[in-house]
Amino acid sequence: MNLHEYQGKLLFAEYNLPVSKGEVIFDAKNAIDACNKIGGTKWVVKAQVHAGGRGKAGGVELIDSPDQAEVFAKKWLGQKLVTYQTDKDGQLVNSILIEECTNILKELYLSAVIDRDSQKIVFIGSSEGGVNIEEVARNTPEKIIYQGVEFKDQSLPEHAKNIANVLKLNDEQTNQFIPMIDNLLRLFVEKDLSLLEINPLVINSNGDLHCLDAKVNIDTNALFRQPELLEMHDETQEDPREAEAAKNDLSYVSLDGNIGCMVNGAGLAMGTMDTIKFFGGNPANFLDVGGTATQDRVAKAFKIILKDPNVKVVLVNIFGGIVRCDVIAKGIIAAIKEVDIKVPVVVRLEGNNADIGAKILSKANIKIESINNLSDAAKKAVELAK
Amino acid sequence: MSILVNKETRLIVQGFTGSQGTLHSEQSIEYGTNIVGGVTPGKGGREHLGKPVFNSVKEAVDKVEPNASIIFVPAKFCKDSILEAAEAGIKLIICITEGVPTLDMLDVKKYLDNIGARLIGPNCPGVITPGEAKLGIMPGNIHLPGSIGIISRSGTLTYEAVKQTTDLGFGQSSCVGIGGDPIPGSSFIDMLKLFEEDTQTEAIVMVGEIGGTAEEAAAEYIKNNISKPVISYIAGQTAPAGKRMGHAGAIIAGGKGTAADKISKLKECGVHVADNLVEIGNKVAEVLKIN
Repeated sequence: MNLHEYQGKLLFAEYNLPVSKGEVIFDAKNAIDACNKIGGTKWVVKAQVHAGGRGKAGGVELIDSPDQAEVFAKKWLGQKLVTYQTDKDGQLVNSILIEECTNILKELYLSAVIDRDSQKIVFIGSSEGGVNIEEVARNTPEKIIYQGVEFKDQSLPEHAKNIANVLKLNDEQTNQFIPMIDNLLRLFVEKDLSLLEINPLVINSNGDLHCLDAKVNIDTNALFRQPELLEMHDETQEDPREAEAAKNDLSYVSLDGNIGCMVNGAGLAMGTMDTIKFFGGNPANFLDVGGTATQDRVAKAFKIILKDPNVKVVLVNIFGGIVRCDVIAKGIIAAIKEVDIKVPVVVRLEGNNADIGAKILSKANIKIESINNLSDAAKKAVELAK
Repeated sequence: MSILVNKETRLIVQGFTGSQGTLHSEQSIEYGTNIVGGVTPGKGGREHLGKPVFNSVKEAVDKVEPNASIIFVPAKFCKDSILEAAEAGIKLIICITEGVPTLDMLDVKKYLDNIGARLIGPNCPGVITPGEAKLGIMPGNIHLPGSIGIISRSGTLTYEAVKQTTDLGFGQSSCVGIGGDPIPGSSFIDMLKLFEEDTQTEAIVMVGEIGGTAEEAAAEYIKNNISKPVISYIAGQTAPAGKRMGHAGAIIAGGKGTAADKISKLKECGVHVADNLVEIGNKVAEVLKIN
């Protein structure tokens, strides 16, 4: 689960990390008051969306009067911001962070992730901050440090110094940096993060380290023990169909093809999409109905798939493991009747009692193509979608 | 021969009396698995499915001498359950539950590596040695005792590979679902090592998917250490890159992790890659005829 920058910075402040004085607004009429409350003569206004690349897309501006903050807020609130990290429709802006302006001497890069290879939390640092960090990683990998760390490890100050060296920090900055790493790691572990990124981490005109951005991602599996973070969830940043699917415990991702897919298991769902593509078709979605494909879940899945007007055919591919295929077949028939489906449905059932399931489907008085073999089922779906 | 489990395996079930534990234990017993008891704190002393229930793994170890444990407890309790089994001396722990927090797994992995216990999963279908023992939630009837070792990150995708090798008459020596989580208890490499040593296994099917670099690492290992033919399929060849947040994920992956990257690395290392999910069985047949 992603957090907005302003939410991430609230966490940063809680962990004594240096962030700018700021106010978040949800209504343009509060923009001027927010600037006055912050004080000073220059501010930065930042559209809050779950994506990077906001600056280049016009979602971040430097202003020198509170009126400009209001103009910016009126321009963006309720609009969608399209960046190179969003899809073509962009992300809805429903809040704006206004911050005091920071004078920047140098931009650095710092992040932390769980590294699958070393099975550790790894800090990634570079003296070359800013938006082109991926290019830096590709072209000049020597300018990037990957430092594995462990919580409550005595060597943490040493590890922090290793990063500070690559960041080319002076002694005073290094002294600020060592507790900063300690605080960031504590934040990472205590709040169950899966990603934390400060890009840029800057050196300001006083020579001090300062966190100018905050990207925070929380491990969804751990939300049961992070109730206050769960409250920060902003559903508007997700595809509405994906959000609805998630509410029903279904995993759904919309795509741009016309063959709706309903599959049990994420791996098989991807495999089914690949098979459709292999035979010249285009999947309209990824949908994992989960291990227990009950009538209720199947009906909900059909409803979500059919909200996409591009869908011309639905391919159901269920490998009945523990759930018997005859039970699934009855569920599919009931769901099709319940949802009143107009497009053709191709069903491939495999696993326990697959033959009985196929018989039930073929006897049902509705339009279903029941095909036991996945290649043939995929080919049929591709043909019907043409 | 087989790997990890066989007729001699003495299994206990953690979360035995819960709905998942009950359902899958019933099916495992029916398959012939030697379940010697179960653990549900607070319910010790009872009998469930004709097997004794214990309050702790330690108690089960003292009374019925299990050498493997399968875990069905809810995700929030998995860390404690895994550690409890390891502390009690169980050397093979299979965690079926999905949704275990990643940071819990970092702690678990470190502890198990130190103590020398093996974890399969979490978020996996488990392990089966066809005709001998089923420690998991896979449908037993699609399996056939035979010569193919199967390793997979995904549940139903494993079944697909199993079904195809059964239909062609090869059968399986053992099948292991290592699970799809970022920090799995066992890796492809851990299982490749076991299948290489297993005399019953003639070829290995490795089913991977996009994300992470486990398949790339396995490819490198296969090139240098595995003499048996390896057939692979990678799911997610058409999956979109999706929305991203920040750069750290991309930097750490270093441009690896896509299906195309994995497939080219596997081919480069001498692995036989099936272009399509429905071709896994045929690829095995093709390779075994050549070899």
